[in-house]
Amino acid sequence: MEAFAYARPTSQKEALASLGGSFEESAVLAGGTDLLSLMKNYVVTPKRLVDIRGVKEFGGITRGAGGVRIGATVTLQELADDAGLRKDFPGIVAAAAAVPSMQIRNMGTVAGDLCQRPRCWYFRNGFGLLAHDPKGKPLVPGGDNRYHAILGNEGPAYFVNPSSLAPMLIALGAAIEIAGGAATRKLELDKFFRAPHGENQREYTLAPNEIVTAVLIPEGAANWKTATYEVREKQALDWPLATASVALRIDGGTVREARLMMGHVAPVPWRAQEAERVLAGKAPDAESAAKAGEAAVRGAHPLSGNKYKVQLARVAVKRAILEAGRA
Amino acid sequence: MADYHWPPADKRFLIGKSFTRLDGPAKSSGRAKYAYDINRRGMLYGKMVLSPHAHAKVKSIDTAAAERMPGVRAVLVMFEPGKEVLWAGQEIVALAADTEDQARDAARAVKIDYEVLPHLVSDVTPEKAGAGRTSAGSEAKEGDPDAAMAAADVKVEGTYGAGIITHCCLEAHGQVTEWEADKLTMWASSQNVTGIAGEMSKALSIPASNVRTITQYMGGGFGSKFGADPWGPACANLSKKAGRPVKMMLERDQELIEAGARPSIYAKVRLGAKKDGTLVAWDSESWGTSGPQGGGNPPIPYVMRAPNRRTKHTAVLTNTGPGRAWRAPNHPQSCVITMCALDDLAAAIPMDPLDFFLKNIEFTGERGKSYHEELLKAADMIEWKKKWRPRSTQDSGPVKRGLGLSIHTWGGGGHQSNATCTIHPDGSVEINIGSQDLGTGTRTIIALVAGETFGLPLSAITVNIGDSRYPASGASGGSTTVGGVSASTRRAATNALNELLAKVAPYLDAKPDDLEAAEGMVRVAQNPGRAMTWSQACAKLGAAPISAAGQRSLDLISSGVGGAQMAEVTVDTETGIVHIEEIVAVQDCGLVLNQKTAESQVFGALIMGVTYALYEEKLMDEQTGLCLNPDMEFYKLAGLADIGKFRVHMMTGPGYDERGVIGLGEPPVVSPGAAISNAVANAIGVRVPTIPITPAKVLAALEGAASTGRA
Repeated sequence: MEAFAYARPTSQKEALASLGGSFEESAVLAGGTDLLSLMKNYVVTPKRLVDIRGVKEFGGITRGAGGVRIGATVTLQELADDAGLRKDFPGIVAAAAAVPSMQIRNMGTVAGDLCQRPRCWYFRNGFGLLAHDPKGKPLVPGGDNRYHAILGNEGPAYFVNPSSLAPMLIALGAAIEIAGGAATRKLELDKFFRAPHGENQREYTLAPNEIVTAVLIPEGAANWKTATYEVREKQALDWPLATASVALRIDGGTVREARLMMGHVAPVPWRAQEAERVLAGKAPDAESAAKAGEAAVRGAHPLSGNKYKVQLARVAVKRAILEAGRA
Repeated sequence: MADYHWPPADKRFLIGKSFTRLDGPAKSSGRAKYAYDINRRGMLYGKMVLSPHAHAKVKSIDTAAAERMPGVRAVLVMFEPGKEVLWAGQEIVALAADTEDQARDAARAVKIDYEVLPHLVSDVTPEKAGAGRTSAGSEAKEGDPDAAMAAADVKVEGTYGAGIITHCCLEAHGQVTEWEADKLTMWASSQNVTGIAGEMSKALSIPASNVRTITQYMGGGFGSKFGADPWGPACANLSKKAGRPVKMMLERDQELIEAGARPSIYAKVRLGAKKDGTLVAWDSESWGTSGPQGGGNPPIPYVMRAPNRRTKHTAVLTNTGPGRAWRAPNHPQSCVITMCALDDLAAAIPMDPLDFFLKNIEFTGERGKSYHEELLKAADMIEWKKKWRPRSTQDSGPVKRGLGLSIHTWGGGGHQSNATCTIHPDGSVEINIGSQDLGTGTRTIIALVAGETFGLPLSAITVNIGDSRYPASGASGGSTTVGGVSASTRRAATNALNELLAKVAPYLDAKPDDLEAAEGMVRVAQNPGRAMTWSQACAKLGAAPISAAGQRSLDLISSGVGGAQMAEVTVDTETGIVHIEEIVAVQDCGLVLNQKTAESQVFGALIMGVTYALYEEKLMDEQTGLCLNPDMEFYKLAGLADIGKFRVHMMTGPGYDERGVIGLGEPPVVSPGAAISNAVANAIGVRVPTIPITPAKVLAALEGAASTGRA
């Protein structure tokens, strides 16, 4: 790890003032479960870390007229333990509780989950976010891509978005609050992520001098039935192979509206719009769930080594729908 | 006089009972100091620069910038420019700095110019590897395989195998070295505390008497920590240059890349049987890679050997970190190849594999009777006859249940071992042996054998091991430690006891031959009333302790064990995910000294077995020549939630005990891969040909079967 300066601001203003104009200059530190690993492996080498855990207004879960506000530095374990969320949004709690290891849940934060970097092993081994060899040849299509994208993978990005929470939050129509400079902006969470086109872009639209300060779940979202289903190889300490998070508005046993999101299948959390249409107007039963699962992967283009993930995504969607329907 | 032989069952005081390991509290409380925990005054931290290329000529090495980096105290070139590196991870430069981070930063400042050469890192067949990248292994023929195969009623053909895995020791390889004038002390994480002292003296050209190596505790070796390795002498040389102690432990990625791998082995197998299930023929062509060198010939067919057989092996030479002995070298892979092929043959007959194995038990050779007993015992434990159903006769629903079995063998024996036993006048007893405790419970076993000899509890014995200054003992490998140290301890303790009895006899008005040490007393065997306590007896020594030596002898130990394991799994056929429900393990190892640590060896082996059966894989990238998963995120190990329920039964009593002590480290790790693979095949109706059995492979096997209408 390269030497770095360390700032521990106690207010939003101070925190913003500590940030620089580039990701090389500064990085926001919260739980550090991902950032420090990247720094130890010299994948990123920021000159200054701005530790935001001392900023009170970035913490806490509050409920108001506009819905639920989850502070950026709320830990995944706090999220999983919150009785109100457990009742209204079992899909969020399931996603947070499934993050592997007590250590990561206790240290890792909500905003950290959204801003963590992809786990693509070429990226982690120093070949860049878009994974090119020194001659510029993309490594993922011809390499071991068993954990890579099956959707939205036309290139140049082949990694999968690693967030555990984003699919469920997007399904609920969540937004994030971003502070930067003098203003605070609000952004639909699904607009936060992007598939980068060059090494100068990150996989999210946060500027280096901005901080994610909170996640906002809109009023009324609690009326939706939610569930998250993750397929993982190991039960202990493992990242998912494919996930699905669903939010269903069910009335009289019929799905009036469905929002189906898939995780770990594309460079961004992936919305399965065709599957949503298939499910609308149907009972969330085995047959319609299977059809929705089928529709969710219809556009999948597996790479040389990840065809199996198409089946996993299909099953994850099906099982998440069935679980939400039972809730 | 006491004799050396192990006491008969009715006279055993400690042997065969269960004792918690003596160093458990020290380990679980953190008081135990591993090599990693050793910190010396003024100590520096060493790091190595490894080749980032799988095959390249090292043109030049420039350490000037690194030498100027903050905190750097010594730099050592470990590789001769002009020569070729043969795998990514080969050591080029070592350096030592005041802090670990400074050493890491300085390592990045070393400039090495490479001429990159073509490489092969993929685990491929000899045909794909091409000319110049294979080396012929052994070919063997017994009976008439062609005629037997032609005459067989049932024939099957399949490809089976196991990919490359690493040792993944939780304590990485490495050491702390310190010089005092021309004398070197090295605290190493080693399976071979006596042996590496000699190796260091040779590498450093100093007298063997000037080297002291210490391994009080170690965090796993599994066959990868026999040698001083390139980093041992490098660390000592850095220490010498800097005039300071140096700690150089491998980083996690280095541990996975360069510190040992279990070779892959695959085989294309043809098998034949009669209609009644009698095995008649085996024909296999096998291959695998162990890195740049050839690697050994696998023992296939494994344990159950068809009377007519042909085998041929070819090694594939790759630019990957060289193989090292991995707990039961070549056995787990050979077991997968053989037991899975036999299981497929049984399914083709069709026949319950338990019946098939019992019918052919004679082909296991001289241990057939034990295997028969062990299979029946395991079947009873897992309720095989009640639960087993033929393939493809499953309930509806996506989750399928299956049973699988496997048998295995290992040698054991006992390595060379010397012990000294000291009885002090105050009654305290010490045993010194230059052995080491790999984590198997060696300390506890030594205390148990001495305690048995003296009729004293374990707590009365002080065991001193893990130091090359103690009497020479062999490397802990091949399940030879318990045989070595139990025999040398027994003889040293018996020799010491006989000296004590000779001293004490006049006071009890008896001949030494009439005395025994038992239950904390020294007494006349035929008249236990004539006795004195152990302390009273030792007090008769006056000021001079007794010290006696003992050497391993073959009369107390033997070699050759067997075991049977059965696994029950459930497979989610929609996701391909395998869950272990239960594994039962039945194991013999001669005379069991400590029931608890013996069972612990089997439990640990099963955990390791589940891990390599389902998860572990060292993944190499042909494009870059690098290992893709040298970390604990994607180099996957089973956690508690993954391993299911284990039950262990040790075969003891008549027929087993009189064989003497035999090692147990390796054998129970051999079968899990095969037993689990067979259970998966039973559950889903089709074979997943190679381990690890990943969801991708399960789904591919199911899809293949569906497209050919087989499942």
